[in-house]
Amino acid sequence: MDDLYRAEILEHYRHPHNFGTLEHPDVVQEGSNPLCGDRLTLMLDVDEQGVVDEVAFTGRGCAISQASASMLTDRIRGLPLAEVAKIGRQDVLDELGIEISPARLKCALLSVDTLRRALEDRVAWQAETEEEPA
Amino acid sequence: MVAYLPSDGPDPVADCDVAVPRTGSGTALEAGPDVPDAAEIARIDPLDPLVIRRDFPIFERDFGGRTVAYLDSAATSLKPRVVVDAVNDYNTRHTANVHRGIYALGEEATALYEGARERVARFIGARDRHEIVFVRNATEAINLVAATWGRRNIGAGDTIVLTELEHHSNLVPWQMLIQEKDADLEFVPIDDEGRLVQESYDALLRTHPKLVAFTHVSNGIGTINPVREMVDRAHRAGALVLVDGAQAVPHMPVSVAELDCDFYAFSGHKALGPTGSGALWARRELLEAMPPYMGGGEMIREVHLRSTTYNDVPWKFEAGTPDIAAAIGLGAAVEYLVGLGMDRVRGHERLLTAYALDALAHGVPGVTLHGPRAGDDRAGVVSFNLPGVHPHDVATLLDREAVAIRAGHHCTQPLHERLGEAATARASFGVYSTTDDIDRLVAGLRKVQALFS
Ligand SMILES: Cc1ncc(COP(=O)(O)O)c(C=O)c1O
Repeated sequence: MDDLYRAEILEHYRHPHNFGTLEHPDVVQEGSNPLCGDRLTLMLDVDEQGVVDEVAFTGRGCAISQASASMLTDRIRGLPLAEVAKIGRQDVLDELGIEISPARLKCALLSVDTLRRALEDRVAWQAETEEEPA
Repeated sequence: MVAYLPSDGPDPVADCDVAVPRTGSGTALEAGPDVPDAAEIARIDPLDPLVIRRDFPIFERDFGGRTVAYLDSAATSLKPRVVVDAVNDYNTRHTANVHRGIYALGEEATALYEGARERVARFIGARDRHEIVFVRNATEAINLVAATWGRRNIGAGDTIVLTELEHHSNLVPWQMLIQEKDADLEFVPIDDEGRLVQESYDALLRTHPKLVAFTHVSNGIGTINPVREMVDRAHRAGALVLVDGAQAVPHMPVSVAELDCDFYAFSGHKALGPTGSGALWARRELLEAMPPYMGGGEMIREVHLRSTTYNDVPWKFEAGTPDIAAAIGLGAAVEYLVGLGMDRVRGHERLLTAYALDALAHGVPGVTLHGPRAGDDRAGVVSFNLPGVHPHDVATLLDREAVAIRAGHHCTQPLHERLGEAATARASFGVYSTTDDIDRLVAGLRKVQALFS
């Protein structure tokens, strides 16, 4: 059982990074996974140069969805949108680095799918979008 | 004869700080002195699950050196060999469409199919096999009633009474109907232990609803509702009653005659039958007055270009070629259950439920248990939450131990809103469940807690 959830994932779950809210966010997006009741609210500040200035999320969910949101928000802070556009679903799974069963994919991908919707109008996504990753 | 597998896992109760467990209401769950331990259960249990397990091929499968601890029977039951064989037999030796062929195979298939109807009728205490409509599952049975009886009898301003316990399949069809008809829905609330508040029910009955629809047994928290009393009161108030029997028929004796309800729906696949099998029972005079559900072959008597007369019940409601194999398999399943004896099935699951509630309360520090305490009105569905661990993580980690449980809202989102949980973990039992399955669950939960601590 212990090898399934890496210590790093449990650590992100216990102490998620960027957990909270922004005062005047440029973008707010809610995401949910109706299957398991996971909810996520993502907030972003994007500066004039198109760089993700600040990012925060709130919500509740399983270790996998919380850890993936924690890791993803770490990753995009300070990143130009042109770079954010390159982040694909597979990248998120790779960063989690654990075996994700098909039933849990929605948990793992909730954060990146919410991010994609949040930036729909601003970013031409380059990596594969809604299809299931290979 | 030894009835239960010995537990070779660590004693889940030993050396653990027992936190006071909470039920949904936050009240302490009593460690009933009358909760039997595994050895006592093995002695008094009327069923011998070790013998029963030999009838279920899935227990021959190896899951990393052990059998699966299948604790998701509320979602679907495992299938005994007799059911698999009955389906195969139809597909290999008696293949033909029903009610059509003027040849031996056609007559055999029809006899098997109608024989299954007869068995199902007797199994649920129906007086007349013509009152059994074969459907795919409980969902289809309820939709059939909403779309036929409902559309004809519910009008603007009418009220339908449901409860907070309902599975989405006994909620959404009624929402669809009242939107179309401009009618109303009202809901009987539950108390903090998960029982329907009967005073509220009586108050709602005073508004003279046309229909009351509620579940016999809650698939979310295991409450067994007092169906007969609720039916009597509904009838006195002039309402018809639909009972969702999906979680009752597989687990306890059910007689629609004794319950005196008007419609009764259940799924065959939760009652050891194949997927694609299920039944709606309704009073014959209701069925006869109801318009058909789908149009097509089989449900007709005479068809002309511009008019049709309909077949007799129940065939009026079975348009098109039915799932013949599944219905025959369901017939074999109920015969198997009759062989076990439904009183014994209930006795077995009642003991297991008491054992499980006790083992969880004392073996898993801080666990929240939902639903009524063990007793006459508690079925073998045990939903719970661990502090600080999401049910999905619980289920994923238990899967590593070949312990199969359900996590989520179990198609009862309003109930979960009432419980104040987005999701719960759920263990549910069947005729083949053992105290060893429960010991493995508790041991697995201890490991999950250690990992998350
Ligand atoms: C109480 C109850 N009603 C209805 C259903 C729906 O059953 P099915 O999906 O077989 O139609 C279920 C299944 O989970 C149930 O537990």
